[in-house]
Amino acid sequence: MTAPLLQAKNLSIQFGGLKAVNDVSFEVWPHEVFSMIGPNGAGKTTIFNIISSLYKPTAGRVIFEGEAISHLAAYEIARLGIARTFQNIELFEHATVLQNLLVGRHCQRHSSWWQDLVFTPRVRRTELQFRRHAEEVIEFLDLQHYRDSMVVNLPYGVRKVVELGRALAMRPKLLLLDEPSSGLNVEETEEMGFWIEDIKNDLGITVIMVEHDMSLVSRVSDRVLALNQGEVLTLGTAAEVQAHPGVIEAYLGGVDV
Amino acid sequence: MRFIFKTRYEQDLVLFKHGGQKFWYAVLVAALLLAPLLFSEYFISQLVFIWIYSVVGLGLMLLVGYTGQVSLGHAAFLAMGAYTEAYLQARGWPFLLSLSSAAIVSGVTGIVVGLPALRVKGIYLSIATLSFGFIVEEAVTRADSITGGNTGITLGNLEIFGWAVDSEAAFYYVSLVVLILCILGVMNLMRSPTGRAFVAIRDSEISAQSMGIHLARYKTIAFALSAALTGVAGALYAHKLRFISPEQFTIVQSIELLIMIVIGGLGSIYGAIFGAAFWILAQQLIVTAKDWLPPEIGQQTGLQPTIFGIFLVAFVLFEPLGIYGLWLKVRTFLEIFPFYRKGMFKRQKSYMKSERLK
Repeated sequence: MTAPLLQAKNLSIQFGGLKAVNDVSFEVWPHEVFSMIGPNGAGKTTIFNIISSLYKPTAGRVIFEGEAISHLAAYEIARLGIARTFQNIELFEHATVLQNLLVGRHCQRHSSWWQDLVFTPRVRRTELQFRRHAEEVIEFLDLQHYRDSMVVNLPYGVRKVVELGRALAMRPKLLLLDEPSSGLNVEETEEMGFWIEDIKNDLGITVIMVEHDMSLVSRVSDRVLALNQGEVLTLGTAAEVQAHPGVIEAYLGGVDV
Repeated sequence: MRFIFKTRYEQDLVLFKHGGQKFWYAVLVAALLLAPLLFSEYFISQLVFIWIYSVVGLGLMLLVGYTGQVSLGHAAFLAMGAYTEAYLQARGWPFLLSLSSAAIVSGVTGIVVGLPALRVKGIYLSIATLSFGFIVEEAVTRADSITGGNTGITLGNLEIFGWAVDSEAAFYYVSLVVLILCILGVMNLMRSPTGRAFVAIRDSEISAQSMGIHLARYKTIAFALSAALTGVAGALYAHKLRFISPEQFTIVQSIELLIMIVIGGLGSIYGAIFGAAFWILAQQLIVTAKDWLPPEIGQQTGLQPTIFGIFLVAFVLFEPLGIYGLWLKVRTFLEIFPFYRKGMFKRQKSYMKSERLK
């Protein structure tokens, strides 16, 4: 059996008196789509923020490819090959789609600021290479039409795709998607589902996804982790999780048996 | 309207997007080179001020317009550059060396001032740079063994490799060359990863970090480069005025510089230059206007700040992209004449299918 790509070991984080995540452990295997579901405040996004080192866990650790990563600074996480999107879209709004994608290549740059200042042949070469990489993403996500548009002028649905594209431009090993379908209509959600499948199958990228839309979750996920109030309820296939009494209770309130 | 058919990735990297641009910039440079032969010395002297303020504008634009860190202390960097130049020139340093030293001294100070930027944001950063401005102003006044204190220092004639820059026209060429080099530098920066990192920090710090951008490092670079450019401008400024004293580098000057780039148009290189041109020309116009305005208005103190204030408010309200925004409109109007429509620059809102149904 191969080693897990990412392991969360007894993760806990406390904000004042609130235990947002309490002793959560899970493993994510290479080439799977791993979904996290749970009602609001269950701690899903908090776990994402711990993985991307925006928060430091109060206890436990995150292990990526066998190395503990929680002590790293947020900007070092990208270099390991972990990309993410945000629940409320955090694009660089006053830049074009292309520039946004190119920022995704930032980790692969070799030049320092003074080389950029004179634009040495080496900077030019890497730029052309980055441009080609960005174009591959544009082609993959069908963004040709928006290539030179300012993000600020784009509709919400397209921004969501651009953000996915920016994460893909990093050519990550692990992709964290924070509610990829929020704010999208049925058609767009369906399209997002296809892309997630393609990302897994064609690009071979492992995906961890926080999602509320159960139809999307059941369609693309290999395994689902259900959380409630910072604790693990259950882990299994989408069908198993949906049938779990604890999950039903967490979403719908207590049931009389 | 011109649509460029792109067939190679190199086309996204070129500085001039099409032949027309190359042609017009060549015409512009030729005209600027000929200007000293055609215009009066007074006019040329005003152009020199525009070039110098453009360099400051570029520096400030890098920090405020591109990286989103507002500085209210840039006159201090101007002072660092000016005094370094005056001090070193008096000790017989060649111009190129003293000019680079002015840039380095300012740049290093910029790094120190940038340190709070790693911890504080927005208004708090502005306050930190504001107090830095006061400190430098005070230090310059007190350190009279180096700076001459309130009496100021006079600068000697400029000489570059044995060429005595003694006429207004000669200095015009020197400052024009410096400006063009600075513009090229900033353009290079903005088409490379460093420039993109600046823009990323401006628009979303949180996702910039998740893309692997080291915030502290890039903010420091932005501060250093911005301060260095301002230092270069300071050195030219000292030579232009031939006399510098602390009251030229006050907090009012810092605020004026900031207003200058806002009026010019934040977030573009054009903005820095348009802003500087507007600043110098408007000052001249106001001075001229004072003579024919009725004395009750013309002789009022604070006429100039009032007028600039009105301009600033008008631009913020009606043309947030500043003079650059106006320029874009005029250019488009001419390019597609007679098909310009009034609403063309209204925020283009595009809708998804579902949104349209509402």
